[in-house]
Amino acid sequence: MHSVQKSNLTSSKGTRFMGALLLLGVPTLVIFAFFLSPEDDNMKDAVRLLYVHVPMAIFAYVAVIMTGIGSVFYLWKKSRWWDTVAHASAEIGLIFCGLVLVTGSIWGRPTWNTWWEWGDVRLVTTLVLFLMLLGYLALRQVPANPEIRAKRASIVGVITAINIPIINRSVEWWENNTLHQKSSLTDGKLENLTLFTLFLGLILTGVCYLWLMTHRFRVGWLQTEIENEGAMGVLQERIAESTASSAKTIIKEDGEEEVI
Amino acid sequence: MSHLGYLLAGWIIAVGVLTIYAWRLIQKGKVLASQVPEHRQRWMSSSQDT
Repeated sequence: MHSVQKSNLTSSKGTRFMGALLLLGVPTLVIFAFFLSPEDDNMKDAVRLLYVHVPMAIFAYVAVIMTGIGSVFYLWKKSRWWDTVAHASAEIGLIFCGLVLVTGSIWGRPTWNTWWEWGDVRLVTTLVLFLMLLGYLALRQVPANPEIRAKRASIVGVITAINIPIINRSVEWWENNTLHQKSSLTDGKLENLTLFTLFLGLILTGVCYLWLMTHRFRVGWLQTEIENEGAMGVLQERIAESTASSAKTIIKEDGEEEVI
Repeated sequence: MSHLGYLLAGWIIAVGVLTIYAWRLIQKGKVLASQVPEHRQRWMSSSQDT
């Protein structure tokens, strides 16, 4: 027998700790981003969107890379665990990627005087990533055998992840076709408090990704458990029907000698 | 503060969307976890035989 005490949550000690960290960390980040960090000489206060846009972009990449890793491991090991990881990370990646596009567009208006620029390679490749993630999740909704569904999704997951180095390098490969500047993190031009606030944003977005990932993985695991249970129920019904029909056949063949 | 409208829009959308998604995830988890026996919820470390 199993524990009498039943838990109806997907949380655990780890997720509660991360949740508490986020509840304390996000207001701290807002204080640093809006009041303590300095304004930029060129962008003025619009630079304060840096602390939400850049961390979100980096963890959108992380999420998609995780989907790629999960997909490769699924194709290699055929493990449900890796398939669930890939699926969970793709969903979070889609949300992060959508937020990157929205916050980037909002940031672009006061900075570049435009909401969207089709000629900007990084914007377009990020949009392509968003659409590929949508396609990945749509493919998972197509009714199919779970193994076939996971295999199809894994192939798309790997292809989606290939987009990441292209987005990342796009500002260098096509430097004349982008409004984006090269990495602010590595050029050493950021002031101390700006850099600190950016790192705080990165850490909190990382914790947020881990928190969401843990919960989404568990939701995915539970969905598969319920799906398998339903499939097992149908299988048991079929076995019972088949047994009953073969029992009748035995009676017909053996006539009066065997009664079941 | 310059560009306050843009700043608030960007921050509120980002934090808001993530909060709503997290809330929905917890609610979905609650519903699903109530349908699956605890021993099949692999992250449960408190399971013990009685």
